[in-house]
Amino acid sequence: MELKEKLVSSFLAFEEEFRSDNDDLHNIRNQAIKEFEQMGFPGKKEEAWKYTSLNSVLKHDYSFFPKKDDSLEYRDIKDYLIDNIDTYDLVFVDGVYSSHLSQTTHDKIDVCLMSSALCKAPYKAVVDTYFNKIAPKTGLNALNTAFTREGAYIHIQKNKMADKPIQIINLSTGKEAAMLLQPRNLIVVDENSHVQIIERHQSLTDRPVLTNSVTEIFAAKRAIVDYYKIQNDTSSASLIDNTFIEQHSESFCSVHTFSLGGKLTRNNLNFYQKGEHIDSTLKGVTIIEDKQHVDHNTLVHHIEPNCESHQDYKGIFDGSSTGVFNGKVVVEKEAQKTNAYQANNNVLLTDKATINSKPQLEIFADDVKCSHGCTIGQLDEDALFYLRSRGIPKKEAQGLMMYAFANNVLESVKIPELKKRINNLIAQKLGVEVGFNL
Amino acid sequence: MLKIKNLHASIDDKEILKGINLEINPGEVHAIMGPNGSGKSTLSSVIAGKEEFEMTQGEIIFEGEELSELDPEERAHKGIFLSFQYPIEIPGVSVTNFMKAAINAHRKANGQEDMRANEMLKLIKEKSEMLEIDRKFLSRSLNEGFSGGEKKRNEIFQMAVLEPKLAILDETDSGLDIDALKVVAKGVNKLRNEDNAVLLITHYQRLLNYIQPDVVHVMVDGKIVKTGGKELALELEEKGYEWLKPEQV
Repeated sequence: MELKEKLVSSFLAFEEEFRSDNDDLHNIRNQAIKEFEQMGFPGKKEEAWKYTSLNSVLKHDYSFFPKKDDSLEYRDIKDYLIDNIDTYDLVFVDGVYSSHLSQTTHDKIDVCLMSSALCKAPYKAVVDTYFNKIAPKTGLNALNTAFTREGAYIHIQKNKMADKPIQIINLSTGKEAAMLLQPRNLIVVDENSHVQIIERHQSLTDRPVLTNSVTEIFAAKRAIVDYYKIQNDTSSASLIDNTFIEQHSESFCSVHTFSLGGKLTRNNLNFYQKGEHIDSTLKGVTIIEDKQHVDHNTLVHHIEPNCESHQDYKGIFDGSSTGVFNGKVVVEKEAQKTNAYQANNNVLLTDKATINSKPQLEIFADDVKCSHGCTIGQLDEDALFYLRSRGIPKKEAQGLMMYAFANNVLESVKIPELKKRINNLIAQKLGVEVGFNL
Repeated sequence: MLKIKNLHASIDDKEILKGINLEINPGEVHAIMGPNGSGKSTLSSVIAGKEEFEMTQGEIIFEGEELSELDPEERAHKGIFLSFQYPIEIPGVSVTNFMKAAINAHRKANGQEDMRANEMLKLIKEKSEMLEIDRKFLSRSLNEGFSGGEKKRNEIFQMAVLEPKLAILDETDSGLDIDALKVVAKGVNKLRNEDNAVLLITHYQRLLNYIQPDVVHVMVDGKIVKTGGKELALELEEKGYEWLKPEQV
C-alpha cells in the first residue's frame, strides 16, 4: 500500500486511540484528513517542489502510531541538549512526551504539552483562537493536523518574559523499523512578552525516520520571539519543517536555521506581518555533503506599511549534495515603506554539488525598498592565497574561509552558549581545528 | 639567501616577467621600483607562490632550494613572508585567532608542538606594542572594516610575529599617511638583522627615506633595467621612469 493510502486508512484507528473530548479538535482532524486525501504529498510538478522530490523518503513502510519508550536516560541525550545553561526542556521520544527528561512550567508562563492543551479546559480558549489558524492548506499541513496529538505548547502571557530559553527536542529511537513523526507545536506570545526557543530533531538510529513537523507561532504587539532550529541529523533521517509565524505591530521575530546534516531537509517558513513596524528576520546556514539535500522555502508577506524583513541564507555544498533556496517576498499595495532585504550566498566545493536559488519578489506597493542578491561561487582564490602565504595549509585555509563565510549568520544568535555550540558544530563540520573566541 | 635566475612568468598566456635576475643576501634590504604595470607585484606573488601565475622559465632559489614546486604555505614555512598590497578581509576570524592559526601551522611544519596559550599571548602583546597596535584591534575580524593604514600595520604586525627570513613588502607605503608610514618603517627597521632580508616593492621613493635600502632596482616592462645604490631612488624621484624605458636603455 502506498504511504498515502496507508495513512488515510489508519486515520479512524488513530482518532479512536487518541480521542479527545474536544469536539472542535475532532472536526478539525476530520476536515484535515479529507484535505490530505484530496491533496496528498506534494509532487515535482508543483512549482514549490520542483527541485525537491519526496519519492525517496516516502517509499518506506513507516509506522506512525507512537509507542512509549522510557528507556532513554539523560546521558543518552545530553549531547543533543544545550545542557550547561538553565532551560525549560520538552523532550519527545518517538513522538511521546518523556516526563523524566523534561522540565516544564506553569509558573507565569505555560511550557507544556500539546496533548494536554488540546484536551484540558483551561487551554481551550487559546487553542480555539490559535490552533490551526495560520498553517496554509497544503497536503503536508493537513496530514500533520489530521494526526495532531503531541508537541510543544508554549504560551507566554502578557508582559512576561520567559526567564530561560526553551528547548524542544524530538528524538527517535529506531525501535520501529521506520518511523513517521508529526510533532505539532503551538507558540503564543502575548503583548510585550519575550521568548527564546531552540528546536532540534535527532534520530538515534540508522533506520529511516521522516518527520513532518508543523509549528504555529503568534507574536502579539511588541512581542519578541527568537527561534533557533538545529538540523544536524543522521543520514537516514529526513525532515519537513513547516513553520508559520503571524506577527502583530512592533513585534520582532527571528528564525535561525542551521542545517548541517540529515538525508533530506525541507524548511517551509512563512511570515505574515499583520500590523505596522514589524521586524522579521530569517537566517540560515547550510553545510552539507555526500548526497544530502536541504531546501529552504521562505515567504515573507508584507501586508501593512512600515515593516522590515531581513533574509540571509548561506550555503556550503560539498560532495554531490544539493541545495534549494526559494525565497518569496510579497509586498501588498497597502504595505508602503516596506524595507525587505534578501540574500542567498552559496559556495559549491565540487563539480557535482548543485544549488537552485530562486528569489521571487512580488511588489504591489510603489514606495518600498526591496533588494535581493544571490551568489553561487567557489572560494575566493586571492583570499585563499593570502591565508596560505601565512603558512596555513590549503585545507585549513579553506575551512577558515568557509567559517568566515558562514559567520555573520551566527553573529545574531542571542544565546551565547548556543552560539558557542553552533560555532563548534560548524568548525567541526568544516575541519577547522583552531579554537575560536567569540 | 634568494637567487632568481632568468625568471619568466605569465598569466593567461600573457608574459609579465620577462627574464628577472636578482640576488639578495642575508642582512640586505633591496628595493624594486618601477612604474605601474611593470610587473613588480607579479614578482612578489610569484616568489610567494601564487598559483595563477605560471613560471615558464628560470628558477627561484631560496636558501639553496628551488621553490617552484612548493605550495605557498610551504614557502611560508621556509621563511618567506609577503605583505600584501591589498590585504584580504576575513570576517569572523579575529586577528588573534588568525595569528594563532598561522603560528601553529608554522610550528607544525617544523615538527613543533602548538605554542602554549600564555606564550602566544605574550608574543602577540609584545609585537602589537612594538607597532603601536591597540589591544581592541586584536579581537576585531581580520582586516574587516580596517582603514588602509590599519591593514598595512596589521601586515607588518603579522611579519613581526612570524619573523620571516625574507620579507617582501608589496606597496606597503601606499595609502599610509606620514605618521602611519613612520610606525610601519620603525617596525620593519626593528625587525632587521644580519640573518634576514627585506625586499621592498614601491612606486615612490618616500618609504625609502625611512627604510634605507642597500640596493635599488628599477623594473620596467617585466625586466630589471637598472640596479644601483640608494641614490638611484632619489634620481628616479627627480627624473621619473621615462628615461629608463627599455628601448631607451
